[in-house]
Amino acid sequence: MSDQLLVSTRKGLFSARRQGKGAWVLEGVSFLGDNVSLTMQDPRDGAWYAALDHGHFGAKLQRSRDRGATWEEIGVPAYPTPPEGHVEKDFLGREIPWRLIRFWCLTPGLPSQPGLLWAGTLPGGLFWSEDHGDTWNLVEALWHHPARRKWAGGGADAPGIHSICVDPRDGNRVAVAVSSGGVWITPDLGKTWTAHTEGMRADYAPPELVSAPESQDPHRMVQCPSAPDTWWLQHHNGIFRSTDNAMSWIEIVDVKPSVFGFPVVVHPKDPDTAWFVPAIKDERRIPAEGKVVVNRTRDGGRTFETLHRGLPQSWSYDLVYRHALDLDTSGKRLAFGSTTGSVWISENSGDDWLTLTEHLPPVHAVTFV
Amino acid sequence: MPRVAFTRNLQRHVACPPCAVIGGTVRESLDAALALYPKLRGYVLDEHGALRFHMAIYVDGVPIMDRQGLSDAVPETSEVFVMQALSGG
Repeated sequence: MSDQLLVSTRKGLFSARRQGKGAWVLEGVSFLGDNVSLTMQDPRDGAWYAALDHGHFGAKLQRSRDRGATWEEIGVPAYPTPPEGHVEKDFLGREIPWRLIRFWCLTPGLPSQPGLLWAGTLPGGLFWSEDHGDTWNLVEALWHHPARRKWAGGGADAPGIHSICVDPRDGNRVAVAVSSGGVWITPDLGKTWTAHTEGMRADYAPPELVSAPESQDPHRMVQCPSAPDTWWLQHHNGIFRSTDNAMSWIEIVDVKPSVFGFPVVVHPKDPDTAWFVPAIKDERRIPAEGKVVVNRTRDGGRTFETLHRGLPQSWSYDLVYRHALDLDTSGKRLAFGSTTGSVWISENSGDDWLTLTEHLPPVHAVTFV
Repeated sequence: MPRVAFTRNLQRHVACPPCAVIGGTVRESLDAALALYPKLRGYVLDEHGALRFHMAIYVDGVPIMDRQGLSDAVPETSEVFVMQALSGG
């Protein structure tokens, strides 16, 4: 079980530690005042990676090999120089810069691939590193894929890769989810890519494009580590599940209080158990009836329990971003953080929650380490 | 020799005291300064060598016009000042 939680916020990376049963406290902060978009721990060597968005000064990447005591700035991906005179526009006619805007996902390779990291970024570039993030290479085949030009911004102005799933059985098979641009999978370490959105539905799109791969707006996608044929996906349109290794997806309907939301996590040992944080779609993006709740299914989406013990149940408008819900490797401890700076932790799979804080800057991501 | 100075806000991330350089354009002067502080390059310029959108460069108090090519002239006794643009208020 994990006794430490990293909270990536608009104004720093905060660390919380468990002091005993049901007692967690904030204990430190790195990069105070800086915008930390996400943090990742590499399970192969324990290194921590923090993605910063300095605004004026650009996106940066920091690495710590001593659990946050010291950090070193490492390399960042570079987009290629566009052809002379090339101005790229998305399908709505908006310019897409060939320039790193922000990190949106960091994922390690398999234990058999030491040093291999994947980075998903805005405006839609996927990069890989073979040297623990010191240097990065663009996955050219995906960037130059004709369908990539049909991706568009979702919550952000430009499209972005926010979920990367490396198949635990075969590290060459990598899936990415794009907001807004569907799910794409390579079987050969990035050389070729195909869309995997069969069964998804985008009812916000024009009728002709409801089923088009590029219309799909996955908000977050996860693959069960111990049963990797099972995937869960929180989509702009609702919740989808695959039990055939992302070859097809089945929509889960009639989920109360809402099928809309951003994050999803799946139990590491039980593919039928997953958690979501529902919100009202579409433009409002607030908890239903001002109540913060977590939805849990333990039967593959046939039924859901709405968990609320310990969570505020009135006048609460916390929105939870796609990387701001995490589950530790035991599958017991959960944490989530909100745009209003609240963080809640559960030690019993979501049945009960304790409030870590209600006063942090807006939370982008939480990560058990 | 022209002098290149950087905003205090950059010093928090990369130590970069003012320096005297050889260079007749902003590009030449800046490249010379960034050779002294290589980590600073990505804070000021994007991956294509253009000035970042929210950064500004002044030569003797006059903002440069060529943000892509950095071809603005830098006289021998000039000061090149690199700062963050005050975009956003």
